[in-house]
Amino acid sequence: MTATAERPVSTGRPKAKIRLGDRVFSTATVLSGSLILLVLVLVAAFLVAQSLPAFFAAKGTLPDSSTNFWTYVGPLVFGTVWAAFLALIIATPLALGIALFISHYAPRRISQLLGYIIDLLAAVPSVVFGLWGVLVLAPFIQPFYNTLVDKLGWIPLFAGPVSGTGKTILTAAIVLAVMVLPIMTAVMREIFLQAPVLHEEAALALGATRWEMIRMAVLPFARSGIVSAIMLGLGRALGETLAIAIVLSPATVINVFLLTSQNPNTIAANIALQFNEAQGVGLNTLIASGLILFVITLLINMLARYVVNRRKDFSGAN
Amino acid sequence: MSVAIRQNTSTGSNTLTAGKLPKGISWWILVGSWIVFIAVFLLLKASGTTADFNVVGAFFFGTVLFDVLIVVISRVVEGGRKAKDRLVTSLVTTAFIVTLLPLISLIYTVISRGVARFDVAYFNESMRNIISVGGGALHAIVGTLEVTAFATLISVPIGILTSIYLVEYGRGRLARSITFFVDVMTGIPSIVAGLFAYSLFAIFAGPAIRAGVVGSVALSVLMIPVVVRSSEEILKIVPNELREASYALGVPKWLTILKIILPTSLAGLTTGVMLAISRVIGETAPLLLTTGFTTSMNYNLFSDRMMTLPVFVYTQYANQGPIATPYVERAWTGALVLIIIVMLLNLLARLIGRIFAPKFSR
Repeated sequence: MTATAERPVSTGRPKAKIRLGDRVFSTATVLSGSLILLVLVLVAAFLVAQSLPAFFAAKGTLPDSSTNFWTYVGPLVFGTVWAAFLALIIATPLALGIALFISHYAPRRISQLLGYIIDLLAAVPSVVFGLWGVLVLAPFIQPFYNTLVDKLGWIPLFAGPVSGTGKTILTAAIVLAVMVLPIMTAVMREIFLQAPVLHEEAALALGATRWEMIRMAVLPFARSGIVSAIMLGLGRALGETLAIAIVLSPATVINVFLLTSQNPNTIAANIALQFNEAQGVGLNTLIASGLILFVITLLINMLARYVVNRRKDFSGAN
Repeated sequence: MSVAIRQNTSTGSNTLTAGKLPKGISWWILVGSWIVFIAVFLLLKASGTTADFNVVGAFFFGTVLFDVLIVVISRVVEGGRKAKDRLVTSLVTTAFIVTLLPLISLIYTVISRGVARFDVAYFNESMRNIISVGGGALHAIVGTLEVTAFATLISVPIGILTSIYLVEYGRGRLARSITFFVDVMTGIPSIVAGLFAYSLFAIFAGPAIRAGVVGSVALSVLMIPVVVRSSEEILKIVPNELREASYALGVPKWLTILKIILPTSLAGLTTGVMLAISRVIGETAPLLLTTGFTTSMNYNLFSDRMMTLPVFVYTQYANQGPIATPYVERAWTGALVLIIIVMLLNLLARLIGRIFAPKFSR
């Protein structure tokens, strides 16, 4: 090490020796990083390339004798958004409740275990949820639908005729809600746990009950996190395929009746059901509808991530 | 509670003198309400109004009764503020119990209906020439393993190299945009990933292309972001002292990463990869579009249709034969096998993470 002292002092900063290994390695990492961006671009490019024929398809070549692509995809977009919306209405209060239960109510010792139990739901493949939804939930809940239509049929949402199989959009929404619960709960739980403990203790010391403490110290802190959790759940619900394809009995309609057997289908489920029989322009149409779904979910996810990243403290969203 | 704030509640009583329910009373009320509704539904069954004993109904309505009871009692004894607190507590607990109901029902159904065909034939026969009873899912299990293994082979190098870039090299705009788009990519609907892989291969191989490798590409689109995110988290917790010590000894950066950082975080990386596998192994939609379905064995990823377990479950349910029961039974057993695989992967991943974790991590 004495050699350094004798080395003539150069004018600039000392330059690190550039090694071949370093070059190769850093290039490899940059390449694979850029590959991800490339894949995302390719996804968009290939989908666009394959869907162009559908956008300019002549009248009569489209499936379901639609006049143009947009009249074909319209009911599907409505169905996708409507099913996801219903699922979120069910899932959001539940997710809030579960996240609060795990982070602030359950005994400390078992709260981690409870978190695992909810994560178990995320491990169940969607096709199993579909099977359960159609063979267990639908027959179980159908008598309840009968009662609803009989007693509350004057409300448009519950208008008849009631579905005899229970394969309605409400059943599909319930299954969807169960499926998006884990991600929403996980994000909310992280954020509730990050609420400043000092604020919580201060609130309790002033005599607040536990609910008042949560309302004053936890919820205001977690607001943007809750919003992004809801949007992440929305992204999941929009793209869910097989559960809907199995549970729903679809029709080409736009309506808001929850309990009939004429339900608007979703984009993803429609693709799954039609894809293996489709050919020619029909195939392009399905891919084009997939492109629409891609754009919708991309926008929602980017919005969610933007909300999360704006407050970097909430890095809980995975 | 002797330090309660002095204020007049809406009932006009002094909170300082308000009563307090004995500890643990809420649990007793909860159990009591359940018992009440179990009794009600048992009576309904005995009187013949309902055909079966409604377990879910009993626990659901029992929990609702508990919510009402606890609030009313607390309001009378403890006053408004405490009653509101009790209300929220019971609602939050109810949310948890309500969510457990479908989970328990699902696991119970899958196990009870899945064991019917959980036999030897299921694991060493395919569906070739089977139109009714018998047959198995060997072709589907082999297909799932091959497709997932190849997807892992694609995703793991890309994913881990990217996370190394993000943690060790990444500065500036490229790193930020990669982070952002990896986040966005986690939200790509699985069916869109399937469509992408299909369109990619359809350009070269024509619109009738169905092969295992297409499915692998689709799965790796879903898997890469998960691997990147988990590896990134793990690499970040490798202490900086290790890097600095290595640099101080004159070790080049790439050797530092290869010999110091990766071995230190190996357990965490393995856990992340296995969790990612468990996440994509149950994907159905992309495989339905890309690998197609068949009833025969096919070991070759690069040609012909290939059955996978999730698609097997779906087709057994969706394309039932003239006698439906054996098909539905096979579907349930497929679901059971799938859940077992996913759970095993999850458990193994957590075990590896726990056992081989370096000592400094907590």
